[in-house]
Amino acid sequence: MIAEFGHIALILALCLALVQGILPLIGAARGIDNWIALAPQAALGQAVLVAFAFGCLTYAYVTSDFSVLNVAENSHTLKPMLYKISGVWGNHEGSLLLWILILVIFGAAVAVFGGNLPATLKARVLSVQGLIGVGFLAFILFTSNPFSRLLPPPLEGRGLNPLLQDPGLAFHPPFLYLGYVGFSVAFSFAVAALIEGRVDPAWARWVRPWTLAAWCFLTLGIALGSWWAYYELGWGGWWFWDPVENASFMPWLAGTALLHSAIVVEKRDTLKSWTILLAILTFSLSLLGTFLVRSGVINSVHAFATDPTRGVFILVFLGIVVGGSLALYAFRAPALQAVGVFAPLSREGALVLNNLLLAVACAAVLLGTLYPLALDAISGAKVSVGPQYFNAVFVPLMVPLVAAVAIGPMLAWKRGDLAAALQRLVPAAIAVLVALGLGLWLMDARNFYSLLGLGLGAWLGIGALCEVALRVKLFSAPVSETMNRARFLPRAAWGMTVAHLGVAMLVLGITVSETWQVEVQQVMKPGEIAKVGPVEYRFLGVTPIKGPNYTAQQGRFEVLEAGRVVREMRPAQRRYQQPPMETTEAAIRPSPVADLYAVVGEGDAQRGWAVRLYWKPLVSWIWLGALVMAFGGVLSLSDRRHRVGAPVRRRQAAPSAAE
Amino acid sequence: MRLAYLVPLVLFLLVGLGLAIGLTLNPREIPSALIGKPVPEFSLPPVQGRTLGLATADLKTGEPSVVNVFASWCVPCRVEHPLLLALKRDGIAPVHGLNYKDDPADVAKWLDQLGDPFTRTGADRNGRVGIDWGVYGVPETFVVDGGGNIVCKHVGPLTDWDLDNKIRPLLRDLKAGQPSKVKC
Repeated sequence: MIAEFGHIALILALCLALVQGILPLIGAARGIDNWIALAPQAALGQAVLVAFAFGCLTYAYVTSDFSVLNVAENSHTLKPMLYKISGVWGNHEGSLLLWILILVIFGAAVAVFGGNLPATLKARVLSVQGLIGVGFLAFILFTSNPFSRLLPPPLEGRGLNPLLQDPGLAFHPPFLYLGYVGFSVAFSFAVAALIEGRVDPAWARWVRPWTLAAWCFLTLGIALGSWWAYYELGWGGWWFWDPVENASFMPWLAGTALLHSAIVVEKRDTLKSWTILLAILTFSLSLLGTFLVRSGVINSVHAFATDPTRGVFILVFLGIVVGGSLALYAFRAPALQAVGVFAPLSREGALVLNNLLLAVACAAVLLGTLYPLALDAISGAKVSVGPQYFNAVFVPLMVPLVAAVAIGPMLAWKRGDLAAALQRLVPAAIAVLVALGLGLWLMDARNFYSLLGLGLGAWLGIGALCEVALRVKLFSAPVSETMNRARFLPRAAWGMTVAHLGVAMLVLGITVSETWQVEVQQVMKPGEIAKVGPVEYRFLGVTPIKGPNYTAQQGRFEVLEAGRVVREMRPAQRRYQQPPMETTEAAIRPSPVADLYAVVGEGDAQRGWAVRLYWKPLVSWIWLGALVMAFGGVLSLSDRRHRVGAPVRRRQAAPSAAE
Repeated sequence: MRLAYLVPLVLFLLVGLGLAIGLTLNPREIPSALIGKPVPEFSLPPVQGRTLGLATADLKTGEPSVVNVFASWCVPCRVEHPLLLALKRDGIAPVHGLNYKDDPADVAKWLDQLGDPFTRTGADRNGRVGIDWGVYGVPETFVVDGGGNIVCKHVGPLTDWDLDNKIRPLLRDLKAGQPSKVKC
């Protein structure tokens, strides 16, 4: 019965989404107050219904109700409870339901927290949100019903891919989806603004917190996914330019650009049509990501559920949403007048440069992701675009971007003084020299890119600190004044500094770990010692162990630093029975200085075991950097101006009933 | 100037067209590097309860043959099983089984219950021979000519259509010693 209740709740949610998508839109156009007032209620109702449906599916998983096809295919009674629950979204139907749940939660959040929005704008935003919901609810109900029954029910479920039985992966999709779907709010605001025909600083201020929140979630989601690949796949890599990774990276690049261009709209009332376009493109790339992953167009290790009929549905939906909004843009955007003018050398100019570089980088990733598909469509040739392409185009774009990030905040709005800005960055320039010196003489860097990365990291890190030091008049004013200034500096300013420091950490982490990583691959017998960078690994042997649903060969290593045992590490090869599959469990000791990483392969007592041992300096800074970036976003989100002092438009919108 | 605002739409329509064409392509058609190459060197014992194992020499008898990679834990294998039995009844060419990463008792039970379409079987318990064959999923089906060269590789379960339009005509052409028009 529970599954049927869930199914009915989804059908009701679809009906409500239709109402929410149509009536308030007409109401806002004709000035029918009752219809306008319908939007928030419909959004809340939808959230309740979809949350109920999601609860029903979760219940079926928790109780291992194998009469539900989806549960029988993806769960197993022996699975730990955490993975029974994460199994809800570890498959196509369930992940789609999670997507919709997040969509309606964002819709409900706009309804609840959007109290300061003009009623017509709010109604239009929620309507667009409702229309997106119609598409996804129809998709799930007509092509991927998670509540289909299976008769007779099997005694045991078919398990879950053991690769996916992992805490990192259990929480990776929710964060990724919070990011993807969060951009739907920015999209809805953009479409609503195009319908209304006006974009002003107030609009930018309303849309910014939603974009920031989505961006923070997406940053965390991508970082979690990359971390999972690092410790679970056992290759020691952390980014593979895999189509599925790119699918999440493209909206991130576009969203980062959107975040920055929205500042220009808010502060200077210009760059409007570009910001609108970015909002549309960011969500479109999220949808494209869904299409690429779910349709089976691109083969990838990650695509665990693919079906061409679903692909057709998503493609049609993509065409309506993206084609429709871009057509609307082509009609209405020319009417958006820029008010603020600015010189190329100014804060606005720096932000335009940021947008330009991010947009080109995003286009390059899109090209690399779609090129194999295009070539296949035209000539039938099967190729894959490797990391060489992405590194070759991506790095030259990121270098000027990172260099400019330190300078941009130093420039004034409207007309900046580059010479003065550079003068204030003298400490950063000194830091670059120190970093290069360290790299050349202490660490013996022979690679141009390594030196470039070190220099950029130091430049941006110290540059960001310089900016905040100037603002609080560090050393140039009495300590008490500095403290006061620091206290009253807007949270958004701190957020920017912290996020930029995160970028610097990321750059340093990537550079140092790629350049100075030590990898040793060899066959070892018990008792032997391998020297890996500054540490030594002593191999103790391999013992068979038994887990709840697998058996494993577990290797044991002692790690010696300066001849002293500091740590034991136990990498393993697991062999699962349901379904039969082998996984590599790397042993990792993370630390801010250097990660130790050990993998044990096949072998036996006579010939020894094949092992891979690493010393990876600063590699954890990659994820710490992403974490710090997201924290900067949260700081900025908590800024006073988003909480109090509701922005008021010059012309008051028509008063609405029932609010 | 106004036309500039149409650029995003036009670009998107082009991408959409490309994706639409992409959807019509078959992701299963993965070219194998082994087509036209001799089968790898291997020798496997028979699965539990059978007497004839499978080795490289068994595929170089002058007669074309079919090698089917299967496992008892593989659900699509169960789907294609009746078709393999039908192919055996045709008697055009022997069908051999490469049993991939399977439990000996399970596979014996499977063949006893569902019927045994295979002339010879090889038990590849650790999957080593499968790697040499370029197997990356079960089921996969290979057509081998009399000289022991791989002529065709089919990924995924066989269907009636595959048998009628690919496997059977190809085997007949190979038997008759004429160049085949069948595309793999």
